[in-house]
Amino acid sequence: MILHTINKSPFEKPTLESCLKHCKPGSSILLIEDGIYAALKNTKYSHLVTDALSEHRFYVLEPDLNARGVQDQLIDGIGKVSYEGFVDLTVEHDTVSAWL
Amino acid sequence: MSEDMFEDDEYQGDIKKFMYVNRKAPYGTIYALESLEVVLIGAAFDQDVSLVFMDDGVYQLKKGQDTKATEMKNFSPTYRALEMYDVEKLYVSQDSMNERGLTEEDLIVPVELKSADQLAELMEQQDVILSF
Repeated sequence: MILHTINKSPFEKPTLESCLKHCKPGSSILLIEDGIYAALKNTKYSHLVTDALSEHRFYVLEPDLNARGVQDQLIDGIGKVSYEGFVDLTVEHDTVSAWL
Repeated sequence: MSEDMFEDDEYQGDIKKFMYVNRKAPYGTIYALESLEVVLIGAAFDQDVSLVFMDDGVYQLKKGQDTKATEMKNFSPTYRALEMYDVEKLYVSQDSMNERGLTEEDLIVPVELKSADQLAELMEQQDVILSF
């Protein structure tokens, strides 16, 4: 299973959208850096994640979420991970695909 | 600029309208911080400055930024210091706020919400537009 990482805002680039088209069910997707904005409720792009939650495991890198002050807007069902948790995720998966 | 444009450190020349357009989220790239630094440096020249926040740029003003764990400097309080530099015109795109589920209460400074048409009008009035 692949761990996909997305580091760009869905408002800036369609990377997450592209990634989701190419994800097998059961994949994990970790949102980092500006990618965390996709993990928020009540935005134009929240549906990208909420529609995919039943098929994939979503995570957000907590330091990046907190840095941007949007910690209260996180979609339910997304796991928050620390930097150590990020490392654990990479070890648990066969491959990491870092979408840029 | 020639020396006689400044008398006793007061700028005497024509004043130009400068607009800084901010469209990028903070921290993921350096644009937000760089833009703010240009505004602060430019403020020394006593021009007529406006800042526009649109698209992901509205996130630069989001309250509650806690950067401790990332070891990056939280520069959002600097937006509150802008008024000390006579930079008081902060315009935010209503559309961009709506697309992100944000309201004025989510922001760290008082701002003026503008429609796209209003922003277009403001842009037409500028002498210089710098986009980040």
